[in-house]
Amino acid sequence: MSTLVATNKKSFGATLWDYLTTVDHKKIAIMYLIAGGFFFLVGGLEALAIRWQLVQPMNDFVSAGFYNELITMHGTTMIFLAAMPLIFAFMNAVVPLQIGARDVAFPFLNSLGFWLFLFGGIMLNVGWFTGGAADAGWTAYAPLSTTSPGEGVDYYVLGLQISGAGTLMGGINFLVTIVNMRAPGMTYMRMPLFTWTAFVASALILFAFPALTVGLFLMMFDRLFGAGFFEANMGGNAVIWQHLFWIFGHPEVYILALPAFGVFSEIISTFSKKRLFGYTAMVFATVLIGFLGFMVWAHHMFTVGMGPAANSIFAVATMAIAVPTGIKIFNWLFTLWGGSIEINTPMLWALGFIPTFTLGGMTGVMVAAASADYQFHDTYFVVAHFHYVIVGGVVFALLAGLHYWWPKMFGTILDDKLGKITFWFFFIGFHLTFFIQHFLGLMGMPRRYWTYLENQGLDLGNLVSTIGAFLMGVGTIFLLINIVKTTMKNERVGGDPWDARTLEWAIPSPPPFYNFKQLPLVRGLDPLWVEKTEGRKGMTPAEPIGDIHMPNNSFLPFVISVGLFIAGFGFIYQKHDLSWLTLIFIGMGIALGAMLTRSVKDDIGYHIHKEDLQKEAEE
Amino acid sequence: MSEHDVLNPKHMPHNPEKATLEGKNKFIGFWFFLGGESVLFASLFGTYLALNDSTNGGKSSEELFGLELVFIMTMLLLTSSLTSVYAMYHMKNNDFKKMMVWLGITVALGLGFLCFELYEFNHYIHEYEFTMRSSAFGSAFYTLVGFHGGHVVFGLLWFISLMVRNAKRGLNLYNAPKFYIASLYWHFIDVVWVFIFTVVYLMGVL
Ligand code: HEM
Ligand SMILES: [Cu+2]
Repeated sequence: MSTLVATNKKSFGATLWDYLTTVDHKKIAIMYLIAGGFFFLVGGLEALAIRWQLVQPMNDFVSAGFYNELITMHGTTMIFLAAMPLIFAFMNAVVPLQIGARDVAFPFLNSLGFWLFLFGGIMLNVGWFTGGAADAGWTAYAPLSTTSPGEGVDYYVLGLQISGAGTLMGGINFLVTIVNMRAPGMTYMRMPLFTWTAFVASALILFAFPALTVGLFLMMFDRLFGAGFFEANMGGNAVIWQHLFWIFGHPEVYILALPAFGVFSEIISTFSKKRLFGYTAMVFATVLIGFLGFMVWAHHMFTVGMGPAANSIFAVATMAIAVPTGIKIFNWLFTLWGGSIEINTPMLWALGFIPTFTLGGMTGVMVAAASADYQFHDTYFVVAHFHYVIVGGVVFALLAGLHYWWPKMFGTILDDKLGKITFWFFFIGFHLTFFIQHFLGLMGMPRRYWTYLENQGLDLGNLVSTIGAFLMGVGTIFLLINIVKTTMKNERVGGDPWDARTLEWAIPSPPPFYNFKQLPLVRGLDPLWVEKTEGRKGMTPAEPIGDIHMPNNSFLPFVISVGLFIAGFGFIYQKHDLSWLTLIFIGMGIALGAMLTRSVKDDIGYHIHKEDLQKEAEE
Repeated sequence: MSEHDVLNPKHMPHNPEKATLEGKNKFIGFWFFLGGESVLFASLFGTYLALNDSTNGGKSSEELFGLELVFIMTMLLLTSSLTSVYAMYHMKNNDFKKMMVWLGITVALGLGFLCFELYEFNHYIHEYEFTMRSSAFGSAFYTLVGFHGGHVVFGLLWFISLMVRNAKRGLNLYNAPKFYIASLYWHFIDVVWVFIFTVVYLMGVL
């Protein structure tokens, strides 16, 4: 059934069909990378528009209403459509390889997760073209969101609901993959740190996203079906939304940050040529941060009026997170200490990350002091704080990981010189943009304001901040040039261009679709390095060459997602005219029909036969 | 394990639901999924508890709920959980016919539950004009209980389509995990109902 013979250049249609139906985690990773990268550019353009509006006092580049849409869509896009999917891109590309697995646990679900994310993301942005995108902030606080006119917030609600479902599937998939599919000898305490962080982040997804799901449902019922959860004059209570949102929202920060820590752990250890210092402590700290992440959501609500007792408890719990995070910072420093350090692009990002993130952590402890937060709340101090964490932590990690794993994903290597130029523009631009915002905030510049008056001491700071933002834009352009150039040149690199330590580097780049011809035998932490120090070139196989089981491609995930996408419009527009209900029936019919097809058609996959594998090896 | 062995096993292992890697994945994955579902329902319960007195001058839980009906519903659903245990027992003994019979009984009990629930909602709406739009309490009540009801509908459809699909094929290592997790799901729905019975109805009339 299987053919391993590489077909020469496929036609465009065939390639497209291949991607629409693929269940290969490595191709899904590429799709996440492209879609997430695209939304990152969109979110970045929105950020530039915001900063351009604030470049000088009393500017009128955009209207006040449009400004609200810009900040809302910027935040929402960056978190849900850029950072999360890009993390998923790396998890898909790397985790199965790092644990020596041939596949993920649920390949079909994996592809469904991607398509749901993509169509949810498109849905969110449709609002731009139908009279206005969401404008109630990425936190969509009620009653601002429940009373926002037009359909913008409806698109937010349904778009996030659809893409959130996809994220949940992805999370479950990785949990099961890591529990069940590790290669022989790959014990939990031998798993690379990126896999560990992916594991904990997936657990956070599992327990955090359902709270968002519920919040969005309630919002949808209020906005579209006349329910009164958040409607004071029906007895409702808007603070419920805040709780639900932040029960999801705070862990979300760690869903992004933990895998970022994982990326840096891999990079720092690889390019210091040392095993990670304090591996056990790192694992422990990861789990602890994940756990504490759930205990602290209400630190976003100090000023809501929860009372001093609740405020104090949440303040102390929040500050406790600084301890495991500090442990991590020191372990990275000790890994660098005495290592034979090689400074290339991924390593530059890692080195830039350590002080930047530490600063973000320090201001985090500051805003966690409830009494002080009454001063900081909703000022630019908070904007500065979370961008130090989210950009300095997560985006730096994504860019580092992009350069680090690019060879594994595509078989070519990004230009180091251009990479360094990208880094310096972005790094300097970043600090110019956000460092000064701490002071703007302390001087009283409120967050989410459209404009400000002259001669209040805010002019220069805002100008500098905008210049910084555009420097980041320049850095991003260099990155794009780098990608195009590298792809055009198409210079192949081998399986292990970094002389690295973990399993993903033990196989060719890009990996064959079955990943490992023979499952590797893992004999310690950094398994590839273990073999190298014993003078072997690759991994010792744990099994003889045999048949490999593979899942079939499927078009159904795409169809299901399209169905839900169509139904989404029905839900939104039935509030104007009930005839739109037909769209709900059509859309749900498509989605449910596809699901039924899936469940009545046996899909047992196929086998690559031993003989084919051997033949391929001889060629 | 080859395709042939999965669909036509030479002999059935003792735990057919966990005999293949796919089965094991489904098994663990579903437990994780139920963890997520628990958060979902916990959030709905929290919302309900915050709003159950917010009747906005309309009907309150004391005036609406009667325990007799809910008691019957509870009995139906609890029994259906038991019958699905029998079904799984027979699955493990590789007795396909008996498994199907007990699943059939489970579905019938579930349908009974659903009819009573529809009757209940209909009653509230037409006798008392108590709807989702009456008050925040109304919204919370219909959302929580209705969400559970939606799960019941989904569970029934799941059972039925599994039974129809596999009626002629008997048990194998490919469909055993599917039956098994469907019954897990059914137990979960049952547990949630016990909470609803306590938090919504018992606490509501007392
Ligand atoms: C890299 C360049 C970036 C720039 C120049 C930038 C700039 C801004 C600006 C000016 C605001 C509006 C502040 C206000 O008036 O309230 C903002 C808000 C926000 N940004 Fe960014 N940002 C960037 C990247 C990111 C990234 C990567 C993320 C997340 C992954 C992010 C998440 C957010 C969030 C959540 C908000 C709050 C939105 C809201 O208030 O609804 N930003 N950003
Ligand atoms: Cu937080």
